[in-house]
Formats: sequence, C-alpha cells, structure tokens
Amino acid sequence: MATRSVVPFGPQHPVLPEPIHLDLVLEDEKVVEAVPSIGFVHRGLEKLVEKKDFHEYVYVAERICGICSFMHGMGYCEAVERIMKVEVPQRAHYLRTIWCEMSRIHSHLLWLGLLADAFGFESLFMQSWRLREKILDMFEVSTGGRVIFSVNKIGGVRKDMDADMLKSFVALFDGMEKELRILSKTFLNDYAVNSRLQGVGFLTKQQAHDFGAVGPFMRASGIDRDTRKLGYAAYPDLDFEPITSDVGDCYARTQVRIKEIFQSFDLIRQAAAKIPDGEIAVPVKGFPDGEHFMRVEQPRGEAIYYVKANGTKFLDRVRVRTPTFANLPAMLETLKGCQLADVPILILTIDPCISCTER
Amino acid sequence: MNVSKSPWLLHYDGSSCNGCDIEVLACLTPVYDVERFGVINTGNPKHADIFLITGGINHQNAQVVRQIYNQMPKPKVVVAVGICACNGGIFKECYNIQGGVDTVLPVDIYVPGCAARPEAIMDGVVKAVALLDQKRKKAAEQPAPDPKEAG
Repeated sequence: MATRSVVPFGPQHPVLPEPIHLDLVLEDEKVVEAVPSIGFVHRGLEKLVEKKDFHEYVYVAERICGICSFMHGMGYCEAVERIMKVEVPQRAHYLRTIWCEMSRIHSHLLWLGLLADAFGFESLFMQSWRLREKILDMFEVSTGGRVIFSVNKIGGVRKDMDADMLKSFVALFDGMEKELRILSKTFLNDYAVNSRLQGVGFLTKQQAHDFGAVGPFMRASGIDRDTRKLGYAAYPDLDFEPITSDVGDCYARTQVRIKEIFQSFDLIRQAAAKIPDGEIAVPVKGFPDGEHFMRVEQPRGEAIYYVKANGTKFLDRVRVRTPTFANLPAMLETLKGCQLADVPILILTIDPCISCTER
Repeated sequence: MNVSKSPWLLHYDGSSCNGCDIEVLACLTPVYDVERFGVINTGNPKHADIFLITGGINHQNAQVVRQIYNQMPKPKVVVAVGICACNGGIFKECYNIQGGVDTVLPVDIYVPGCAARPEAIMDGVVKAVALLDQKRKKAAEQPAPDPKEAG
C-alpha cells in the first residue's frame, strides 16, 4: 500500500481568490480524503441585526457577498416584505428581476474567467473578464455602483430604468451574446480545455440528491430544480426551463453555466418587453412581526433567508443558508479519488463563495 | 536593482465581502490592465513587493496575514484596500472583527471605498510604488543589516 501524506491547501493559494483551507490526504498523487477548515472570513454579520434596524440591515445583507450582492439584498427585503405584507409594485419586481439576471451573467462570466485561469488558459480568462466589464458598466449606469449597488429597499427599489436605457441594454446584450458564442466555442470544443474538464470530478444524480447539492452544480448532475420556478419577483410571468445535463463532470458544469448565461439574456429581453409602468416603491410604515423563510436562486444555487421579527425596529434573528455551504459536502465527496493536479479545478467548478459561506 | 519599474503584487482576502477582491482582479484584466505598467499579481509572498489586503482582520486570519508579511522580502509596502481593511467599515461592530489591517501590520497606503473602485486601487498602487522607491533608497544609505535579523 502506498504511504499516505497530508498536503495543506490554502488559505493563501494562487488559484483561490478567497481563503479556504483544505487538508488533502494523498496516496501518491491520488486524493483519498479532503478535510476542510473554514472561518478565515467569518465576520458574524448575522448578529448585527441587534445593532442595526431592519431598514439599515439591507446594506449589511448586500455585503454578505460582493458577487451576488444584489440578490442578497433582494432576498432579505422580500423576506421582510412578506412578514409585513407589503404589496411591492409590479415594476419594482421586474426591475429586480432584470438586475438579478444581470448579476447572474456577471457572476457566471467571472467564474468562467477564474476557471480558465485555473487550467492555465490566460487569454480565455482575460476575454471572459473583458466581456464582464460591459455588464459592470450597465450596472454603473443603472444603479451607480459596480459591485455593491444599494438599490434595494424594503418596499421596492430606489432607482428606475427608463425605456431608452432598457432599449440600449437589450442592444448591448445582443452584441455580448455574439461575443459569448465565440468564447463558448473555445470553452466547450477546445481540445486542451476538454482534456482538463471531461471525465473529472463526477457527481452522480443520487450523490447530488443525498449530499443536498444546489444550483448549477446539482443541475449538471441531472436534477431538474430551480428556485426561480417557485415564483418570486417577476419570474412567474417569464418563460424559462431549468438547464440540466446528465453527465455530472466538470465539463457538464461549465456547459450548464454557459447555457444559463444565454438563458439570462433571454429572460432580460422578456422582462424588458413586458415591464409595466407605475411606481417603483411603496412607503413602509410600522415594524415587522413574525417570521419567514425566503428562497432565492443565486448564481451558485439556492440561498435561504430566515427572518424572525418581534414587532420592534430590531429583528430577533436573521439566518442565511448560502449555496456554497450546501455544496461543500458534495464537493468533498467528488474530491475523493481525483488527482492532486485536478483539485483546483474541482474546487472551482462548484463556484465557491467563501465570504457567503462564512458570513 | 529598481523594483519600481515592475512591482509585483500579492493579494490576500482578509475577511472582505469579495467586492474589493473582484475589483482588485478587475484591475489586472483588459479594461484597466495594470500589467502594462509591469505590475504582476503573484501568489508567492517571496516574489512580492506590494501586499494588497482587502477586508478586516479577525482572530483566525491575523496570523496568516502576519506570516505572509514576514515572508515578503524588504523593502515592502502594505496597501489596505477598501474601507473594511482601513478600519473595519460596516463590519466594525461585528463580534469577530478586530478592526482594520493596521491592528496587525504597519499599513502604508489606505484606499477607501465600498467597494474600492479599480481607479482608486490603481492610484493606491502607484503611490505604493513611489514609496517602495523611497524605502529602497533609504535602505541603501543605511549600513547592511545583520543577516540574522533580515526578514
């Protein structure tokens, strides 16, 4: 039997933009077990509800993670709105949907770039991020911020997009779609890329179910589930189907995410065509009393917001279950039996967001 | 030796929300492209001249940050990127945040913002390069340090 050795991976590691530490137990080059230790990014922001009132907490909720900041803010706002039974105007729902899908495009492009960087394809990394900057410009035009927007508030949104802006966005998306088609050809057909992605890190449908994986990681293993189908924001009015693949390897995850970007372009077009006129926010009076579970589909998968209120301006409890937290057990399972050199790619294909996970 | 012509960066995410991290990375990609100035993002502390830290300091990452700093060769400059790295920012009142990076390291440049914009980060790096030059000249004037104490 080969001797076992333990290789530390992280917290500071060239491939990781964020700190996580893994102890990899190896037999020769093969990973037998991976033991994670986390807590490098833990801030304890759930406890801040005791110091910031429920309106102010929207800003904290947005800063759970800078990549899906809009969706974190929205998930929290929707939870409080449901407790307070606030009727959010339909236009605000549509605006939230458009920003959500823009966040998904920017997050998936960011991930494609990081993946390309992990397998050493530097120009593909640069191209993905070049494309991503266009989305950030659109965010800046429509909200004023590049990564943290603060456009959500309880009762609606703070900023409106006029018809001209929506029209120009849709035109820009047409151009981006063409460029993405060229990029996706390299991601999906290139010989060198395929050799790194195909047949690496299998997760079967049964495993994905048993370990409770979520998001594109789960859908790439053949489970047809998307929280957007539950119908929050304007999603009930839009026509889409969850994107799945039956293969369950790194290649399938890449494929699912690329298809999801095209789906997001399509959803924004639908929303821009259907968006009704009217108010973008309603005034909110009083304090919330009660509790609610809100489920939101983020780029990385399903996030759950639990909010408990007691009738005062400070909430009792906010709990966030983030997608990466749900995906970690399944990721550790896929690491078993892979080569040491494939570990970075495998970790990246769950699209880890450590600052969400540790909060 | 003139490191200011091509300073190498090391970026570590303290306990940031990712917002500043992706802006640091965005500086390296085509729209901003700091590589044209000779700046390279490295993962190895022993190759680095400028240490960019995003996010505040907590008990678990304090020793990691210190360790990375000690491994970097002299002269070195520490840049705190984003308001969390400057003084804790919105997370200042969190139970697990000690404060900004200056609670564990001597910080040379503070880049404010939530999230810090790429232009601001680049400005911080440019200032860091000038400071690096000053530190190098100062070190050249002084007598050679005892090798036992050199970090």
